[in-house]
Amino acid sequence: MEQNIAQATEQSVAPESHDLEQTRPRPVFRPVADIFETRRGVTLVLEMPGVRAEGVEVTLEKRVLTIRGRSSVARPDSYRRIYAEYGEGDYERSFSLSEDIDAENIEATCKHGVLTLDLPKAQEAKPRQINVRAA
Amino acid sequence: MTMASRLGGGFDPLGEFRRLQNPMHRLFGQRPLAAATGFPAVNLWAGADSVAITAELPGVDPADVELSVKDDVLTVRGSRRPSTDESDVAWHRRERSHGQFQRMVQLPFRVDAERVEARFADGVLEVDLQRPEADKPRRIEIKH
Repeated sequence: MEQNIAQATEQSVAPESHDLEQTRPRPVFRPVADIFETRRGVTLVLEMPGVRAEGVEVTLEKRVLTIRGRSSVARPDSYRRIYAEYGEGDYERSFSLSEDIDAENIEATCKHGVLTLDLPKAQEAKPRQINVRAA
Repeated sequence: MTMASRLGGGFDPLGEFRRLQNPMHRLFGQRPLAAATGFPAVNLWAGADSVAITAELPGVDPADVELSVKDDVLTVRGSRRPSTDESDVAWHRRERSHGQFQRMVQLPFRVDAERVEARFADGVLEVDLQRPEADKPRRIEIKH
């Protein structure tokens, strides 16, 4: 069942499921993501333009990995928006992980508005030999 | 990038555009919105005698972006790299795009190609463009 690692069953982030109410009056977007698995582990790559490293919050609770990004884009008052193809706001997305992730050694890097999370596989996930004793 | 996923929750970034549709048609020459969207997505901001363009280019190295200006058209050209170059990987999600891109943006007025300022921070490009001195509207004194 190695393939099922972080098969990334996505959490439905329904607004009512949030314990904390958002205090910033801005929209929250679901960041576009790439997830791929290698022999070493699983890598998540999320696009969060406008978010710098300090604005990223990654939490892992009960195997639910939640990524939040706070945009630091500021526009001077003298500018008036006259045309828009994208909205500015924060980002949030959650994934359920399988058990065999080494939660202690998750590494996160943020560059050019893209967050990369490296989730190494846990040692215990490797196949174990079970000795069967003759009765 | 799908616009639908970013327009959820009652948020309507094009609302202002719709409200401004008549003046915008004048500025952008009747161009339908569908044809105007592509990569990168852009927003336009108006100053007194300037215009600013912001574009979302997540994961793009500033060295891989080329900007050029001619009269009232700004061209953004570049390339996006894939999340990994390894081929021996199992994909669970593949929502990001990569490859070459080019976008030409029609500006509301002619701009001075010598006075263009561009900044690139956290995957967001900002280009500030000025109206040429000669094109600025001149105040006309009314004689009594």
